[in-house]
Amino acid sequence: MKRGEGVDVRQIVVIARKEFSDRLRNRWVLAATAIFAAFSLAIAYFGAAQHGVVGVRSLEVTIASLVSLAIYLVPLIALILGFDAVVGERERGSLDLLLSMPLTRTELLLGKYVGLSAALTCSTAIGFGVAGVLLGSSLSLDVLYHYGGFVLSAVLLGLAFLSIALMVSTFAMDRASASGAAVAVWFFLVLVYDLLLLGALVVSGGQVGANVFPYLLLLNPTDVFRILNIFGLEDVRTLYGLATVFPDRLAHPALLGAVMLAWILAPLALASWRFRK
Amino acid sequence: MAKALIEVRGACKRYGEISAVDGVDLSIGAGEMFGLIGRNGAGKSTLFKLILGLTPATAGEIRIDGQSVSGPQFRQVRRRLGYLPENLALYDNLTGLETLEFWGSLKGAPRGACGVLLERVGLAHAADRRVRTYSKGMRQRLGFAQALLGDPALLLLDEPTNGLDPEGIRDFYRILHEQRARGCTILITSHILAEIQERVERIAILDAGKIRALGAVHALRETLDLPLTFELRIPSEWRDALHSSLAHLSLGEPVIHEDRIRLQIPRAARMAALAALAPLLERISYFYIREPSLEDVFLGQSA
Repeated sequence: MKRGEGVDVRQIVVIARKEFSDRLRNRWVLAATAIFAAFSLAIAYFGAAQHGVVGVRSLEVTIASLVSLAIYLVPLIALILGFDAVVGERERGSLDLLLSMPLTRTELLLGKYVGLSAALTCSTAIGFGVAGVLLGSSLSLDVLYHYGGFVLSAVLLGLAFLSIALMVSTFAMDRASASGAAVAVWFFLVLVYDLLLLGALVVSGGQVGANVFPYLLLLNPTDVFRILNIFGLEDVRTLYGLATVFPDRLAHPALLGAVMLAWILAPLALASWRFRK
Repeated sequence: MAKALIEVRGACKRYGEISAVDGVDLSIGAGEMFGLIGRNGAGKSTLFKLILGLTPATAGEIRIDGQSVSGPQFRQVRRRLGYLPENLALYDNLTGLETLEFWGSLKGAPRGACGVLLERVGLAHAADRRVRTYSKGMRQRLGFAQALLGDPALLLLDEPTNGLDPEGIRDFYRILHEQRARGCTILITSHILAEIQERVERIAILDAGKIRALGAVHALRETLDLPLTFELRIPSEWRDALHSSLAHLSLGEPVIHEDRIRLQIPRAARMAALAALAPLLERISYFYIREPSLEDVFLGQSA
């Protein structure tokens, strides 16, 4: 702390409470929950429609489909939620008044993060959870355990991208550039990154970067999320080429969870540093 | 002057090559009402931000009641501050009462004070209405109530009467008077100079980040030697006689406004001018001497 005074948790709670209640009031939580629930239920029931079957066949296959969906949807929603958290206050002119209060910039940032995280966690857990509960009656406890793991990892993925969104918000000069940067982050991490890695691997015939490839996957939270989910399910492991290049020794849930935690903390730390400058 | 509550020593704020605040020294006493005036871009808002600790000074030191605004005791310092920014932005989705409760929670003000403050600024009837339905004047009143949360020892008010109607302005200064009576120090900026000239004890004129003049309004009038304005009404057939009797004073051209004549009289020549007008006294149906206003002081200083 630059000011030589510790963090005041009460101030973080005040900001977090406002952020969360704002998202409840403007029905953001409701809308995001509905989106997650609608997509997860649609995939669960109609995922096998191309094979002429409707209804739940295997939750493992359903989880694999939901992983693909969550990789696109969760980061996008998290980035939309957080990109203007700081720059929006600055642009509206309310930041000066906030900072004239007895709270530090770090407390303001953490308060915003905690409040927005609560909103995102509620939406993700309830939205995907609804599908789990509805499907649960026909499936085993073990498979539902894996579904719980999927929901938890989806929450972590959202929190990582929310952290990135707040970082973008502290670096951006205005809301327009913040939204542009948020889209660029999504585009790069969700669409481009894996293509670049696979392209490099294929073009070099596996010679270039084969040893560092698994570690490079850990530098992308969407890949960490994917690995977390596919390694837990024997039925779907074989469906992903990724499983063949990612060593078992790195596929430990605790290690991957720690990497995800680092993806939450590192952008937040960077955001705090930038905001205090 | 009472013991200084705000002390600014050699404060500078540079943005690249531009000096927004350039070596400002200022001392404002406890319980004083102080006016800060200057053109747009003169550095008033930046100086406010420096005093509030919202932006670090490039050089110099700012203390409030002997404590640094960005030091370890910043929470105690800020709990004693009330700030109303020039461009007030409130949260439209909150009601008036919720707005005060939010800011009050951050400031550590008692929850019960919010309703009382809304009553005081004339917004009790709109306490449960969303801020998005408030008029500009109501928002400004709410912003003022926010600044009063926690009975601050120091109020920093940047263009506080923006958007207020005459009744609102009257209420605002009534509350400000009550605050002064309990010993609150007030630093105020306004572009309506006539509005604050009779209310502040001292002013500082800021120009290009520097303080160009500092002192009581009447003292600055004397220092700048601004002319007095004689305003009189005399029948048109006597106007030539008026010009003749004042000719030896080499005054500028009189300004005729409707049936009145306005003359700018150098302070040193005021007795001679009165003597010259004495023979025409019976013809003059109206006569008024106006001291230079704060606006004249400001414009005179800027010139």
